[in-house]
Amino acid sequence: MIDTGLNITTIRKDFPILQRKVNGYPLVYLDNAATSQTPRQVIDVIVDYYSNYNANIHRGVHALSQEATDAYEKARLKIQKHFNASKAHEIIFTSGTTHSINLVASGFTGFLKKGDEVLVSAMEHHSNIVPWQMLCERSGAILKVIPMTQEGELNLEAYGALLGTRTRLVFCNHVSNALGTVNPIEDIIRMAHRAGAAVLIDGAQAAPHIIADVQQLDVDFYTASAHKMCGPTGVGMLYGKEEWLDKLPPYQGGGEMIEEVRFEKTTYAGLPHKFEAGTPNICGGSAFGAAVDDLNGIGMEAIARYEEELLAYAPQKLLTIEGLRIYGTAKHKTAVISFNIDGIHPYDIGTLLDQMGIAVRTGHHCAQPVMDFYEIPGTVRASFSFYNTEEEVDKLANGVEKARQMLT
Amino acid sequence: MTIQKIQQDIVDEFSMFDDWMQRYEYMIELGKSLPLIDERYKDEDHIVKGCQSKVWVHAELKDDKLVFTADSDAIITKGIIAILVRAFSNQKPADIIDADTGFIDAIGLKEHLSPTRANGLVNMIKQLKLYAVAYQTQLN
Repeated sequence: MIDTGLNITTIRKDFPILQRKVNGYPLVYLDNAATSQTPRQVIDVIVDYYSNYNANIHRGVHALSQEATDAYEKARLKIQKHFNASKAHEIIFTSGTTHSINLVASGFTGFLKKGDEVLVSAMEHHSNIVPWQMLCERSGAILKVIPMTQEGELNLEAYGALLGTRTRLVFCNHVSNALGTVNPIEDIIRMAHRAGAAVLIDGAQAAPHIIADVQQLDVDFYTASAHKMCGPTGVGMLYGKEEWLDKLPPYQGGGEMIEEVRFEKTTYAGLPHKFEAGTPNICGGSAFGAAVDDLNGIGMEAIARYEEELLAYAPQKLLTIEGLRIYGTAKHKTAVISFNIDGIHPYDIGTLLDQMGIAVRTGHHCAQPVMDFYEIPGTVRASFSFYNTEEEVDKLANGVEKARQMLT
Repeated sequence: MTIQKIQQDIVDEFSMFDDWMQRYEYMIELGKSLPLIDERYKDEDHIVKGCQSKVWVHAELKDDKLVFTADSDAIITKGIIAILVRAFSNQKPADIIDADTGFIDAIGLKEHLSPTRANGLVNMIKQLKLYAVAYQTQLN
């Protein structure tokens, strides 16, 4: 039994979905890197919003509009505090990390010249590759790749050699979604700044497990998605240093983001509204705040300690299975285990696990370059959260062994 | 044997099983009897799009009937395509075009396949029918 001070039995009671059965078996949910489950506290906020104060924000004079605005802006403050941004308006609500990255990539179009260089790590999610490729197509900049090692760690020496006078931007995830590697973003940011380049860190996978202090990191942009942090889907955030957000042009035009509109010329609103055109996901934003409260209520450090124990325990069990290989064995990892069994397609294992009520992800995890690196079509990925238990790890290992026997 | 009769046979075979393990074990077993596609056809032109695993299907006309061969790099998918090939191979293109595919539901396959995977299944059926349409045009 893992003892890190968390009462997992009590915590699990807050997650209604964890009580359900799938294909006749109690659900074992190990696809947390794709999306995390939602606690009662967050669901209550969603129900409360639509039951009591659903209204458009920032402009209504009536009570409901005021209450909705308060809830939304309070959530922004909670997120600001969580990531330790120095100003609330440095937190931009977006629809999620993909939106956040596209906003920055779009904004940089005018800042790059032909021949400028942008660096991306070899272990990125497609959403942190494609927007930059599109940016390069628009601006004539060149995309260069920071290589990784067999263990699934970034090669910092090679990174240092890639940084040059033409490097304008560096993008890297804080934690790899496919491998769970925690990247040394402090070094990555410091080295980029020394070369005069700005840095965007995709924090989608890190945010549920690690607190990122954006001031201490001195990062230029940091992104997160609520649905990976026990919040709802369709909402996330972009942190940007004020000086950068002031410089970037608006991403979308529309209501809310203007100061004055004349047919001759429109002037834009200040931060954060300049980047929040249209009616935002008010309910989602408020619930995102509740999710952050919930994580902090449990305690991010306690979460990290508990998940580390799970991560230490899971390979012990899984590696007893004949032919099983784990991809991504970085020294510093979050609780993600990507694996295959010799001669068996990950899809087959995932399909049979699903029959046993065990939810894992199979495939390339939207990180095809990582799969190409290992020369595999994909992996089975089990990703853990603080509400998972050792008993569930055992069920996974037993399920994988059963699948192996059926498939060989 | 008509497509309908073959499909009924498959439904009857699957109805003998009362749990998912037996059903999947049988599916895996059926995959082993799949008439395999010639290695030279395992290319982009013969791949069925929309599946998580790779599936290749080839068709050729023999005495006015369409004969399918296929393969997959995943064992369960191979079982699924084997069931489809068994149901539609050695049939006239016109009959394949008209054939109902409700038997997939009847063998409890579709309900056990997630939307992504079900899409793969739908795409496999579509591919077989597209071959039938193409050869029917030739026959006309």
